[in-house]
Amino acid sequence: MDYIIETHDISKKYGDFTAVDSINLKVPRNSVYGVLGPNGAGKTTLISMLCTILHPTSGSATVNGYDVMKDSKEVRKSIGVVFQSRALDDILTGREHLEMHAALYGVPNNLRKQRIEEVLDLIALGEKADEFTRTYSGGMKRRLEIGRGLIHHPKVLFLDEPTLGLDPQTRESIWEYIQKLNQQEDITVLMSTHYMDEADKLCDEIAIINKGHIIKSDSPKNLKHELKADIITMKVDDQEKFLNEVKKLDFIKNIMVVDSNIKMMVEGGENLVATLVNFANKNNIMVKSIELDHPNLEDVFINYTGKRIVEGA
Amino acid sequence: MSEWEGIYTIWFREAKRYVRYRSRILSSVVTPLLWLLIFGTGLGSAIKFGTGITGSYKAFIFPGIIGQTILFTSIFSGVSVIMDRQYGFLKEIMVAPVSRPSIVFGKALGIGTASIIQGVILLLLSFVVGVQMTPVIFIASFLLMIPISVGLAGVGLLIATFTDSMEGFNLIMSFIVLPMFLLSGALFPVTGLPSFLQAVVYLDPLTYGVDALRQVIIGQGALPLYDSTLVVVGFALFTIILAAILFSEREQNLM
Repeated sequence: MDYIIETHDISKKYGDFTAVDSINLKVPRNSVYGVLGPNGAGKTTLISMLCTILHPTSGSATVNGYDVMKDSKEVRKSIGVVFQSRALDDILTGREHLEMHAALYGVPNNLRKQRIEEVLDLIALGEKADEFTRTYSGGMKRRLEIGRGLIHHPKVLFLDEPTLGLDPQTRESIWEYIQKLNQQEDITVLMSTHYMDEADKLCDEIAIINKGHIIKSDSPKNLKHELKADIITMKVDDQEKFLNEVKKLDFIKNIMVVDSNIKMMVEGGENLVATLVNFANKNNIMVKSIELDHPNLEDVFINYTGKRIVEGA
Repeated sequence: MSEWEGIYTIWFREAKRYVRYRSRILSSVVTPLLWLLIFGTGLGSAIKFGTGITGSYKAFIFPGIIGQTILFTSIFSGVSVIMDRQYGFLKEIMVAPVSRPSIVFGKALGIGTASIIQGVILLLLSFVVGVQMTPVIFIASFLLMIPISVGLAGVGLLIATFTDSMEGFNLIMSFIVLPMFLLSGALFPVTGLPSFLQAVVYLDPLTYGVDALRQVIIGQGALPLYDSTLVVVGFALFTIILAAILFSEREQNLM
């Protein structure tokens, strides 16, 4: 397998706090790779190290075959980065941002015009391209930033929370761009997100990261498959009593409590909904609601990072 | 080659920003005019100007006010790197394959350009204070303004390298900008001062810039033009190189 990004026990410490703890990441070429985790999990720190603006405390990483510490300039030439926080100058136009970026990345003069037109086409800024970016909507700013990251035809595009703070419609359109991009260009996308649906929809492979560690990495499909289970979510009046009783049932493989929802993993959930309701009634527990779900990434995530009450059954 | 391109690009952005903030240009011309016309005329008619200084007080402070304009513009533009950092734009530049010194040089040249434009506007307004402008004076002043503004831009960039937020702005004003202005001899002759003040005045790099400009514009310098020019150029080289070094070293703290 051909990996375009590889890290070897890469770590970043701030005093006593370890933001990224010995992460080993292997990102296949031309994939869309997702780093999924809650806020503060270390996603941005990891990306900052990979794009050379933060130095790792220990460990190493290569991007496009270049070491992020020793060949940082070559790494920078190989990558495009869209930061989580906006990085636009509000008194420049969209086109000027692209021109400036092309110049900073040494795109040859005779290619610049054409590249800029290509990108403007892709990100569909239309007439707004020649207006100051302070007049742009959140989605347009994001699209401009993504487009800017593409001007120099990077091998890897880093997207740090690309749809954070955008409305659902805009998120959908950004997703479409990312998919289109990955299909049309010879490019690997490494994105961080804490939206499960985003990771599920876009990524070929996902690393679940929590407190600076990778907990699990695989394709979304395999991760979901691994749960091998349907999920029955219940709300009851006496949660504690119900948990104590339900533990004894052997068809329940795992129980988690998320907020006031009891999530139980079972096989063949269709047949068990009635059984569980009857079981609750028999124990004088009132069922407020019951729901059957096939697993999604969110469940995978809770399974690996969330509060687990009962292991196995 | 690509480093030149980087310097040019960063300079170009800085210059564009300056030209687009019209209100800033306007106020940066009006402020010195207020100094010259109100302060200069007012104090000029109240005091008898002594010891070998000829001409009006307004004309005397004219080079000083040019120095002041350059000082304020350069330092505050340098400090604007803090805003770039807060708005995230600095990251976009830092992650580009351009060396840290090139970023500093590009910035300093851009800031210098803005300051020089203001200085030139003031030079063109010299008739207001009754100073005769000739092509030679104009060109000599213009050349002097280059190291003065680049050196002060370096000071601004150095401050930005060590400051996290714009909250330190007032401190910079009180502890750096105002003392540099007041001690520079922009408003009074630096000869015949009490010795403690004299010593501090000669520690202020702006003193040499103002003195050189005054020598060139109204022919009344306290120091030989050659010496003051040398100090000004040396100061510019020193701050810019230091800013480039520290900016590279503190890169991690700037993120």
